[in-house]
Amino acid sequence: MSQEAVTRMPPSAPPATAATRRVPLSPVLLRLFTLLAALLVLFALLLGDKLFNGAAVRSMAFQLPELGVLSLAMMIPLLSGGLDLSIIATANLSALAAAYVFTHYGLTGGGAGVLAWHVAALLAAFCVAGAIGLLNGMVIAYLGVSPILATLGTMTMVKGIAIGLTHGGVIAGFPAFMVFIGNGSVFDVPMVVIVFVLVAIPVGILLTRTPFGNIVAMLGSNQQAVRYSGIDTRRVLVKVYMLSAGLSAVAGLLMMARFNSANAAYGESYLLITILAAVLGGIDPAGGFGKVSGLVLSLVILQLVSTAANLLNISQFLSLALWGAILLGVAGVGRTWAWLRPMLSTRLGR
Amino acid sequence: MPKVMGRLLHSHEGKLLLVVVALVIFLSVTTKAFLTAENMLDLLTSYAFSGMLAAGLLVVLISGGIDISFTATASVAQYIAMTVANHYNIGWVEVIAISAVIGIACGLLNAMLIGTLGLSSIIVTIATLNMFFGLLMFFTHGNELFALPDWFVNGASWVVYTDSQQNPYVFNLQMIGLIGAFGLTAILLTRTNIGRQIYALGSNVEAAKRVGIKVFQLNLLVYGYMGFVAGIASLIQAQYAQSVSPNALVGRELDVLAAVVLGGASLTGGVGTVFGTILGVMLLAFLQNGLLLLGVQSYWSQCFTGAVILIAVSALAIERQRHRASARRVMA
Repeated sequence: MSQEAVTRMPPSAPPATAATRRVPLSPVLLRLFTLLAALLVLFALLLGDKLFNGAAVRSMAFQLPELGVLSLAMMIPLLSGGLDLSIIATANLSALAAAYVFTHYGLTGGGAGVLAWHVAALLAAFCVAGAIGLLNGMVIAYLGVSPILATLGTMTMVKGIAIGLTHGGVIAGFPAFMVFIGNGSVFDVPMVVIVFVLVAIPVGILLTRTPFGNIVAMLGSNQQAVRYSGIDTRRVLVKVYMLSAGLSAVAGLLMMARFNSANAAYGESYLLITILAAVLGGIDPAGGFGKVSGLVLSLVILQLVSTAANLLNISQFLSLALWGAILLGVAGVGRTWAWLRPMLSTRLGR
Repeated sequence: MPKVMGRLLHSHEGKLLLVVVALVIFLSVTTKAFLTAENMLDLLTSYAFSGMLAAGLLVVLISGGIDISFTATASVAQYIAMTVANHYNIGWVEVIAISAVIGIACGLLNAMLIGTLGLSSIIVTIATLNMFFGLLMFFTHGNELFALPDWFVNGASWVVYTDSQQNPYVFNLQMIGLIGAFGLTAILLTRTNIGRQIYALGSNVEAAKRVGIKVFQLNLLVYGYMGFVAGIASLIQAQYAQSVSPNALVGRELDVLAAVVLGGASLTGGVGTVFGTILGVMLLAFLQNGLLLLGVQSYWSQCFTGAVILIAVSALAIERQRHRASARRVMA
């Protein structure tokens, strides 16, 4: 019990009293909800029905999950105080591995054969991702290389392998199952959203409700202390980067299903955006603090801005600039509020 | 003299030098074209942009920060400078001044945001990278500038030597920029009081504050310098490419970071030399050039580069672990 309290609370936070416990939202979530509400009002005034109709919401729902799963893959290393720059490269190489199996070993036999074929393709993707994650984790945990540099190296190498094998070309033509995952819907809910939810909820539970999640967050706060408390931090770090690579593979398969093709260079512009989304979602880039719920809210905000910009006929690049500005703006507001609050509370107290 | 040699061999730069020399010997034995004046001059010209940025980034890394936004800064600077040059009758001095001012402004903005928002430098500069690049693409609609003023396209080059087959060997703007950037950075870091302050800041922020170093002002200078170098480098690059494309540079920031880190600069700050950075840039340049000359399919070049980066950072980390272990033994 006390262990949980230690991991959840920032070191400087006062002990949780009954009064603060009654508030269900953390300040980060509150800030994000306020921002989301403000944006919704703004876009409702600007766009009205154009934004709040089935088609626009559906297009948002189809676009969000790729960046969403990639951000989850970035979030776990960030929580542990690291960073994984190789997520996009891993996603693409995993997708290419699956694409290779799909296009080269076509089984047209009975149901069992087709099932085995699908399983083999997905297995290939996750094996590739697992190997990359293991490499990242070993280099970071056992050799002590800083995560940025280690994953910068694997990013370049993995992308190089993907380019070398495909000569930069595209592998396309997958079975109906993958096309359905990418573009189909169940009861009007896009399959990609269902996949995202099926991934995000377990990750959220893993990070906040299990010993493993606690250790990851503690690693981000103070690695030395975790080691001195008798936990093999190196094994945990290896698991962190393998998990990140596994999530990248999911994202790679999602991209492959959406575009119905795989390539060495898909989604490269997402790399730094995932960090931006995670930090906007309240994940401390120095490690230790952050929740999946915050990340999902920040993704919704980013997607809303992007779709609204699209509907307003503004270039997608302006929404890129707006994303950067929103992150800095939220940090600025938080900073100003932290500076104002003591003054206000003393004034009001009198 | 032996003392100097011994110290050099124990330093990271010394080991890196051995690797680079070994690579040069290997490539000059296996390929005819590698160790020729022509190839070397071509390399100098084509790696001038990355090299200059590496010099600027080195200063930021030593100060304990990181800058990701410099490619966007460079894109903005060259686009605006060249647009102005196309519309008004101006010359080199004005163009250089414009791009330098834009670069410095972007750098100062980074430093101010880092100093006031309480976010780490990597997050702030990722955000500003997206802002600068997004706004540039928004206002330019991604249009490239193909028609540049004649005086700019012709540039300035001096034929130093002409061989028996009438092949000219020229000294050009790219080389001036590269030498200038490394020279200026070396002077800043090793010959000035500010340089010592930058090392102090990167080694230990708290201690630097206690001895009276003004962190905010110093950061303004560090990121402003990075912006300045990016602005000038962008002109050098535009002159080399003979055109300006708003989205040609963004995406190369991590390659430059890799070169600086290969040269021994630490992401935690306080460590790094200009000599090491030059060797880091050389290693990557020779490697890519050598693979090409050896007839390796260009598709595989990136894979080798990645492997070299991974091996080098691992070697550096092992070296540092051993240093720490021996330091502990001495203490005990």
